[in-house]
Amino acid sequence: MNYALLVMSSPASGACAGTAARFARALLDAGHHIQRVFFMDEGVNCASTLAVFPQDESAPLQAWVELAEQHRIELVLCVTSALRYGILDDGEARRHERPAASIHPSFTISGLGQLVDAVAGSDRLVTFGG
Amino acid sequence: MQTTANNSALVIIRQPPYSGSLARAGIDTALAHAAFERPLEVLFMGDGVLQLLPDQAPESLGRKSLARLLASLPLYGIEQVYADAEAATRYRLDLARAPLAVVPLTASAMGDLLRAHDNLLGF
Repeated sequence: MNYALLVMSSPASGACAGTAARFARALLDAGHHIQRVFFMDEGVNCASTLAVFPQDESAPLQAWVELAEQHRIELVLCVTSALRYGILDDGEARRHERPAASIHPSFTISGLGQLVDAVAGSDRLVTFGG
Repeated sequence: MQTTANNSALVIIRQPPYSGSLARAGIDTALAHAAFERPLEVLFMGDGVLQLLPDQAPESLGRKSLARLLASLPLYGIEQVYADAEAATRYRLDLARAPLAVVPLTASAMGDLLRAHDNLLGF
């Protein structure tokens, strides 16, 4: 089946974002396709390349990066949420005169249209967080 | 309960209006669907029915009124809007005075609504 995921929880609060990444992995292992993962609200923090987690905790970013690199899963952030939480790519950092970009290159920033498109193009959408 | 077309989405709003940014995220998602002319219905569930309070005055919190945004949903073609009747009763909400017209649903009718949609977006 063709799935889309919507992630709205930060990896820093609770286990929801981590569950989303493990669910994505389980979908692929079971032979399903993932149309897109869309990050909104606090979920955009999943893309932060600046967050530092204690060494005895699993690194939440790594799970998403592997999904993107090994399976070419599209990871897209809502631009409004990304700006609010300070997750910026080079273009947004320049445009808003901020000192640095903070997004991992496996993720892209786009609009809510990408969520609408994911809903329209998938058989099932599964929401994590909220 | 009417049947809905395949791939029609249901936005489920469970957050009260001014406790965080998720309430606004839900409404924005509904509006984005309308902008792309995708079929969409909205359900206010649990604490989410508090978004339907009449006479909201969030300016004192430095927040914009979500009620005004909700009132605009029908203008964008979003007309199938439902509310959790039990939650509305619990909060003594007069749905007739809500910012937009909503259809009250019992718990079992909400179950039917959720089953009728392939895509559920929970906020």
